[in-house]
Amino acid sequence: MTASFDVVVVGAGPGGMAAATIAAETGKRVCLLDDNAGPGGQVWRGFRTETAGKSAHGSVFLDWTGRLQRTDCEVWTGWQAIDRPAAGVLRLERNGEGRDIGFGRLILATGARERFLPFPGWTLPGVMGAGGLQAMVKAGLDPRDKRVVVAGSGPLLLAVASSLTDAGTKIVGVYEQARFAQLACFGLTLLAQPGKLAEGARYRLKTLRAAYRLNSWVVRAEGQGRVECVTLTDGRKEWTHACDWLACGFHLVPNLELPRLLGCRVAGGYVAVDGCQQSSAPGVACVGELTGIGGLDKALVEGQIAGWAAAGRESEARTLGAQRQRLQRFAQRMDRTFAPREELRMLASAETHICRCEDVTHAELKGRGSWREAKLHTRCGMGACQGRVCGTAAEFLFGWEISGSRPPVFAARVSTVAASAETADPVRG
Amino acid sequence: MAGEPAQMKDEGFSITVNGKPVRVAEGTHVAAAVMMANEPSRYSVGGEARAPFCGMGICMECRATVDGVPQMRTCQLVCSPGMEVVAG
Repeated sequence: MTASFDVVVVGAGPGGMAAATIAAETGKRVCLLDDNAGPGGQVWRGFRTETAGKSAHGSVFLDWTGRLQRTDCEVWTGWQAIDRPAAGVLRLERNGEGRDIGFGRLILATGARERFLPFPGWTLPGVMGAGGLQAMVKAGLDPRDKRVVVAGSGPLLLAVASSLTDAGTKIVGVYEQARFAQLACFGLTLLAQPGKLAEGARYRLKTLRAAYRLNSWVVRAEGQGRVECVTLTDGRKEWTHACDWLACGFHLVPNLELPRLLGCRVAGGYVAVDGCQQSSAPGVACVGELTGIGGLDKALVEGQIAGWAAAGRESEARTLGAQRQRLQRFAQRMDRTFAPREELRMLASAETHICRCEDVTHAELKGRGSWREAKLHTRCGMGACQGRVCGTAAEFLFGWEISGSRPPVFAARVSTVAASAETADPVRG
Repeated sequence: MAGEPAQMKDEGFSITVNGKPVRVAEGTHVAAAVMMANEPSRYSVGGEARAPFCGMGICMECRATVDGVPQMRTCQLVCSPGMEVVAG
């Protein structure tokens, strides 16, 4: 054991930053972990204190970054949580180096990933997640003058189209699979969320030069060695666009691997928590996308609640209860609005690879009775991503229940996995 | 969501991707360099060329050999001068 803390927070996006800040401000010894090179999560990826003021919600980033820096919270970046070798201990890895960390209370803020649904050509170079392409641009990819088709589902599509436009790409079109009626309902509920409405409108206005079409989705991507064109449909006719990149993701799903490993009960696709964000696993709280895809505002509120609760200050936590409830309802409405439509189940052909790690085709999976049977017979989900991409797809395509999680929850060196659990007593909060 | 892309400064340095030199700005992640080189990051078990996909460390398509170390997730890794990246 190299260190022990009252509170360990896994995931340094907005939810984790808020949780760590509040707990540290109350005097707890706190460590905030993230596998990325710096804090901020996906929504604040690439934000810098010198330039954030110019970005949407940059001032919120600056507020929380400043508050966190004024505490004694330790921030460990580049560390991946892979296992719990003993009660009150998490095992981490960075660049092949293993380390154990002790905790009294644990707050999980592991965020979400895009839902990827397979279609012919989705494994071609140049076909990426929508958030994936945006992340690469923030990571230094030069996107100037590239033609990009944005497709899939969810508010992320407009956000991505907007930031790619700013970065100099030519957005060929933005194609949202949700129906007009679903979005109209969503628009009405947005009226109760002024901040979000303004945000949506801003994205929309910036990208207005490109087509924004509802009720349309990708049918296939084609090209020699990389994507060269994309065919879309509205269910009646098909059309094709030439492009350099296809940015395609179907809303978001929570990263449940670590909560599941720690025994947190999952219901309806999310970690079940009480009013203080406590999961069914004693001493383990979950915040942000893990409890419902609600974005920045929800993550910040839930993070603060978990931070107060970790400090034993439940009364402060409860003052945020009404806000939390409103944001959770918003998350539920988003899930309904951007739920993938039936037609998307039919996109993959017999030869389409569903499991990208092990190259398992749709034909090999069709007719299997369960996720477990599919894994045993085809190696689907047993490659390096451990089912993070194909498991989510298979859940939708075949209706299989994907449950359970085994250590290591991320691919790690054998030496890290095999090290014996050290048994120092963690500091109790 | 409008974050600041890593600044493309005139200074910067070169790395190689499958032997092809690519000039990158300080702070650029290796997966972004792989994409700018228009090279695959890995070959699948069936031999297909693959390139960065999720951009955030979960899909493992960007795994490549970096300076001789295999299976590095290049989307989480920042470039350093002279780095050699080879499709895994």
